[in-house]
Amino acid sequence: MENRQELNRNLAQMLKGGVIMDVTTPEQARIAEEAGACAVMALERIPADIRAAGGVSRMSDPAMIRGIQEAVSIPVMAKCRIGHIAEARILEAIEIDYIDESEVLSPADDTRHIDKTKFSVPFVCGARDLGEALRRIGEGATMIRTKGEPGTGDVVQAVRHMRKMQSEIRRVASLREDELYEAAKELAAPLDLVRFVHDNARLPVVNFAAGGVATPADAALMMELGAEGVFVGSGIFKSGDPAKRAAAIVQAVTNWKDSKLLAKLSENLGPAMVGINSEEIETIMEERGR
Amino acid sequence: MNVGVLALQGAFAEMEAYWRMRGAEVFEIRQAADLERGIDLLALPGGESTVQGRLLKKLGLFEPLKRRIDAGLPVFATCAGLILLAERIENDDAVWFASLPVTVKRNAYGRQLGSFTTRGDFDGKHDFPMTFIRAPAITDLLSPDIEVLSTFDGAPTSVRWRNITAFTWHPELNATA
Repeated sequence: MENRQELNRNLAQMLKGGVIMDVTTPEQARIAEEAGACAVMALERIPADIRAAGGVSRMSDPAMIRGIQEAVSIPVMAKCRIGHIAEARILEAIEIDYIDESEVLSPADDTRHIDKTKFSVPFVCGARDLGEALRRIGEGATMIRTKGEPGTGDVVQAVRHMRKMQSEIRRVASLREDELYEAAKELAAPLDLVRFVHDNARLPVVNFAAGGVATPADAALMMELGAEGVFVGSGIFKSGDPAKRAAAIVQAVTNWKDSKLLAKLSENLGPAMVGINSEEIETIMEERGR
Repeated sequence: MNVGVLALQGAFAEMEAYWRMRGAEVFEIRQAADLERGIDLLALPGGESTVQGRLLKKLGLFEPLKRRIDAGLPVFATCAGLILLAERIENDDAVWFASLPVTVKRNAYGRQLGSFTTRGDFDGKHDFPMTFIRAPAITDLLSPDIEVLSTFDGAPTSVRWRNITAFTWHPELNATA
């Protein structure tokens, strides 16, 4: 499995500098690919609608996921519930390219995540800070994303998580080697992974931003803060002109340092998703799974 | 040597590290203004060819780069980079630079579960590590002058033709080897 883990980390490396878009139909998947998505996340309902509908939210219908796999040539990801080993096995059986063990769905296990080292297929997991990221990587995640607060169109949590993770990485990198044991204890994270962060000043896997990214400026902000790419969920297909917005966000991620280009990309995109102020919501998804 | 790494999307950081380890001066190409610098070699990294190809066109990089490639600028391309260079793509309506006379097939080994590593002969070296990530395959050589540098299961996995060296696998991911 050592080799699979490495190959799965490698696939995430190929996604860097790219935008992964939530899609619910083959038609949306084609729009996303055409706009320059480096991968799509196939799901029955986007987070904003999951939030609106309430109830238990589960893995999507494999037939629906397969329809999207057939529609595009880029990698296709899908979500399983936190701790739901069987849903993950089903997604592996249909040869999904990446599984998102996601807090956006209702958790199946309120204490344990999936032992992802037992799978050949790669996993991406959410994390709010360095300790959480390293725990997920210890369980076999080969890609990390911030948890944001999905379905809100409010980028504040993604910013909070990315800033926290990056500042903790800088702190660990600055420690003396004999201080790493205590750091591992504080972070509640495996020592070998804490040592990797100390030696390399980065996570051992690719780190994307997710949650609340709705505009090219949001995407550029996350790149500025150290994201290696972004997930855009509800922000695209809940907006007025999804194709145009999607293409603009893709270019914003590539040229996030070029403010003149960002200004041009931000012009006439039509209405952004209305969004919900994340302080006004009742279901806090980021709290799910630590 | 000044190496310009196409940094639109994908594993460009790994490609930059690969060339720095070989003592090159490395800079990123993200928009047309970046081409004003002197460039001795163009490196096209792995990633998603559909994303990189579309961004090349949107950012006004496609035409100037194609002119330079066809005029003889040395090119080093891996995976998605090879797809961008191929004259024909078996399972895709798009072609991009069409500067390298080969036919490729995208995702030839299937989805991520088909990704693999192997070791083999490469350009006179033995036991060379090769990492294939949702890799394409070279299914046809369209010129007799193409030099095959490595093979897997009998099919070419890296080739040299005039100014272009291109791989279906990722030498930059095993850069320490």
